[in-house]
Amino acid sequence: MSTEPVGPYGQAGAYGQAGPRGGTPPRLAVVGAGPAGLAAALAATARGVHVTLVDSAQAPGGQFYRQPAAALGARRPQALHHQWRTWRRLRDGLARHIAAGGVTLLPQHHVWCVERRSEGPAGRPHAGGFTVHALLGPGQEEPVEVRADGVVLATGGYEKVLPFPGWTLPGVITAGGAQAMLKGGLVVSGRTAVVAGTGPLLLPVATGLAAAGVRVAALVESAAPRALARRVGTLAGRADKLAEGAGYALELLRRRVRTLVRHTVVEAHGTDRLEAVTVAALDTAGRVRPGSERRIPCDTLAVGHGMVPHTDLAESLGCRVDAHGMSVAVDDEQRTDVPGVWAAGEVTGIGGAALSLAEGHVAGRSAAARLRGREPDPREWEAAAASRTRLREFFAALDTVYVPPAHWAEQLTDDTVVCRCEEVTAGAVREAVGELGAGDVRTVKLLTRAGMGWCQGRMCGPAVAGLAGCAETTARRPFACPVPLGVLARAGERGEPGPPTGETQGRGGPTVE
Amino acid sequence: MTERLTCDVVVVGAGMVGAACALYAARAGLGVTVVDRGPVAGGTTGAGEGNLLVSDKEPGPELRLALLSNRLWTDLAAEPGLGTAFEYDPKGGLVVASAPEGLAALEAFAAGQRTAGVAAETVTAGQLRELEPESAPGLAGGVYYPQDAQVMPTLAAAHLVRASRARLLTGCTVTGVLRSRDGAVRGVRTDRGEIHAPAVVNAAGTWGGEVAALAGVHLPVLPRRGFVLVTEPLPPLVRHKVYAADYVADVASDSAALQTSPVVEGTAAGPVLIGASRERVGFDRSFSLPVVRALAAGATRLFPFLERVRAMRTYVGFRPYMPDHLPAIGPDPRVPGLLHACGHEGAGIGLATGTGQLIAQVLGGRTPDLDLTPFRPDRFAPRDEEPGLRGRRFAARDGNPGRRGRFVAHEEEAE
Amino acid sequence: MNPSELAGAEPGAAFTVTLDGRELDALPGQTVAAALWAAGVTSWRTTRGGGRPRGVFCGIGVCFDCLVTVNDRPNQRACLVPVRPGDAIRTQEGTGHEH
Repeated sequence: MSTEPVGPYGQAGAYGQAGPRGGTPPRLAVVGAGPAGLAAALAATARGVHVTLVDSAQAPGGQFYRQPAAALGARRPQALHHQWRTWRRLRDGLARHIAAGGVTLLPQHHVWCVERRSEGPAGRPHAGGFTVHALLGPGQEEPVEVRADGVVLATGGYEKVLPFPGWTLPGVITAGGAQAMLKGGLVVSGRTAVVAGTGPLLLPVATGLAAAGVRVAALVESAAPRALARRVGTLAGRADKLAEGAGYALELLRRRVRTLVRHTVVEAHGTDRLEAVTVAALDTAGRVRPGSERRIPCDTLAVGHGMVPHTDLAESLGCRVDAHGMSVAVDDEQRTDVPGVWAAGEVTGIGGAALSLAEGHVAGRSAAARLRGREPDPREWEAAAASRTRLREFFAALDTVYVPPAHWAEQLTDDTVVCRCEEVTAGAVREAVGELGAGDVRTVKLLTRAGMGWCQGRMCGPAVAGLAGCAETTARRPFACPVPLGVLARAGERGEPGPPTGETQGRGGPTVE
Repeated sequence: MTERLTCDVVVVGAGMVGAACALYAARAGLGVTVVDRGPVAGGTTGAGEGNLLVSDKEPGPELRLALLSNRLWTDLAAEPGLGTAFEYDPKGGLVVASAPEGLAALEAFAAGQRTAGVAAETVTAGQLRELEPESAPGLAGGVYYPQDAQVMPTLAAAHLVRASRARLLTGCTVTGVLRSRDGAVRGVRTDRGEIHAPAVVNAAGTWGGEVAALAGVHLPVLPRRGFVLVTEPLPPLVRHKVYAADYVADVASDSAALQTSPVVEGTAAGPVLIGASRERVGFDRSFSLPVVRALAAGATRLFPFLERVRAMRTYVGFRPYMPDHLPAIGPDPRVPGLLHACGHEGAGIGLATGTGQLIAQVLGGRTPDLDLTPFRPDRFAPRDEEPGLRGRRFAARDGNPGRRGRFVAHEEEAE
Repeated sequence: MNPSELAGAEPGAAFTVTLDGRELDALPGQTVAAALWAAGVTSWRTTRGGGRPRGVFCGIGVCFDCLVTVNDRPNQRACLVPVRPGDAIRTQEGTGHEH
């Protein structure tokens, strides 16, 4: 995979140049420390902007570069990872900028809202500036507020899972969840796994579990990925991605993992825990072939049907969200339509780590220039922009191949739980649509409570839309995570703090620059 | 639908009020078609708390309508399956005062309500803690209103439409009101064809002014934005609808500025709902942290345990208000066959049943249970609708005391 | 090969926590969910409605399926919360506030 667009990291020292505000540099808050956020932070701080990098995890890396907790003492974390060299460059660059005072890293900070302030110091590029409201983890009761002149949203995405009977049994986990637990906690949930669903994530999950000693009984992919080779045959930049795919395929072969394409899981079995799954072949129309069902004993099912961007913060800031792709709309500089707000990575459309790095790099450079009152020169990020174009084309092609079975909803019995939080069944959703006059996801939610629980519809949204036969729309979630009322009642009460101190932790005081 | 439909009455709007109009009209023997450009309960109904309140209303036409509606809700809830279907909960309302002066004002207000038929029981500070053990210590006391109740408004609208057996056309936009040569209504034109009927009921809520305009008449319905906060699911720790007796004229206020007062209640599903804010900002849906911050602050003052309880979401709705804060209910003398049932300003769930019953009585040629004069749709002279004059109180000039004496709290409904 | 061997992990000394009073070993750096998985436990919550068992689903803090009570604090996401020596982990029932 190309790592070119990440740009010249490690240029510490630019920080400290005088910005437009009386000698102190402009302040950029970057939300999310995955590939996009890291690339944005490094690009911006190398160009004279102070960056506060806010992330919910214990350490930077995001989902793709999720690292084992330091206390686990992993000497070979790279055994769990791909593109390790790129990670090393990001990690080392970040460490240098933190040491130089150009980046303040705030790990374990769960951002619940980014507020656009209406008033602020005059003469700033974006007059009122922003307050990033976060809760300090893991308790998430103590508030931290970060003031900034601009914001890069690099909030990533999460996995989409379409329901099937039995999918709420313990032992059924998302494919990304299996990977996260493996990479971050060095644990697996059982001895025998089936990896199922659709999408490019399934391959690394299957090989990762196999490498970690889990018997992978089958990789069940509902698409026919051979179509991908035909599909992307004309696209530039395909070679490395296809080579990557071929590498996984070889590894699966080597580990004797049976791959079933154009197959799907129709049911998970067990009483209080997963004991087996039934898989079946799909016909060309995407329906289960009668008689093709077979039962595979397993204690783990890692399942996923693609990714969904985390658009909550952008949505409540008022950024335009592309309703079809449910991703944040950006221009060539990765700017949203809200002045002072950039977006990069999966939040602008699912496209993997390399695309996130390219977008983050462009966002960081654009933000640095504009926060310093300069018009950026796009020629400076030509390479990243070219890479971005290639990768977007590639992932657009991927999206047309990796689609869930067209008739997945037919497999749902009326008693299948669809909304995991509120335990709303497929039958209740069908009744709301067929008999009570619901025609959209919101009304189904109001009539059934599907999507009203702890996860706020993040898990069931796509399923409810599919079952109801209506378009999936961007949900409005003004709170990106639950926030104590006591914190909410006092949010923003603290006044405008002093200039940046370059401190590396937010613990010294509740307001951070 | 490109064919022409014919029925006795077209109800425009599938919200709570439209659903109630459909139900009572159908039960009066009329053939009803309900049409809405969105889904059932897609407007204000889906963005409220579902309050059926008498406690916040002073003696007058709105209280009479509320008492009528309260009886009708009780009857509906007793019908097989219906009460549980829309989560009817006769929980009672509790208005609390933090200081003795507030309590005195509250008791005086309750005394007036009792003469109008409201059940209102004075509650001492000690009794308050028995009724609401988690309420803040040190409150002076309050008044308990056993008639106050709650429904889940989206479910209520959907189940009333279903019970009416009316023809329901969702996703269908009314684009014109059909008139005969003598000016009388003969149906509506929609983006999917015409629906012919000798009567049209405007139950379009906050958008009622637009429907009236299609019939060529002015009806000054305007939006007032309100946020509601929703907590994580909890056991039943808040037992009644509890609100503070800051006796202010927020509802009747002509100020465009933000007003909030704490209104807290539990729900059958577990989450606690927190209102109530009101602002005049047009149809602006954008999230406002200052507003929800004020709601959270008010709620935690009433119930300190909420400090550590998590807010999961907030939602916004637009309450339809009219210059004198009374709804428009009844026939429009300017257009024969046109009736209005809108402008209930955040009390629409509670007042829906009475409104539906009155509309059905008018449609059936019977004498309505209440005098409709205060709700006359043509009571606003055109100059009152000019933007520059919007802030003035029509009621004051009319010699009508209006509804300045309405408690702030009861606005919205559930989600 | 298990995951720890694969990554060449040399964690600090194990410590003891309890799940519903039962003692379990946990490692520094593990989340509550990882410690429970390592002990062979895959569910630690029952749902409000049907009383059904749940554990990790998304593994990254989005789905809230892995809610658990730790040291009397309900509704903690087991996949996010680091485990600490002596933690009293309890299977969470209903809203988690009933106890």
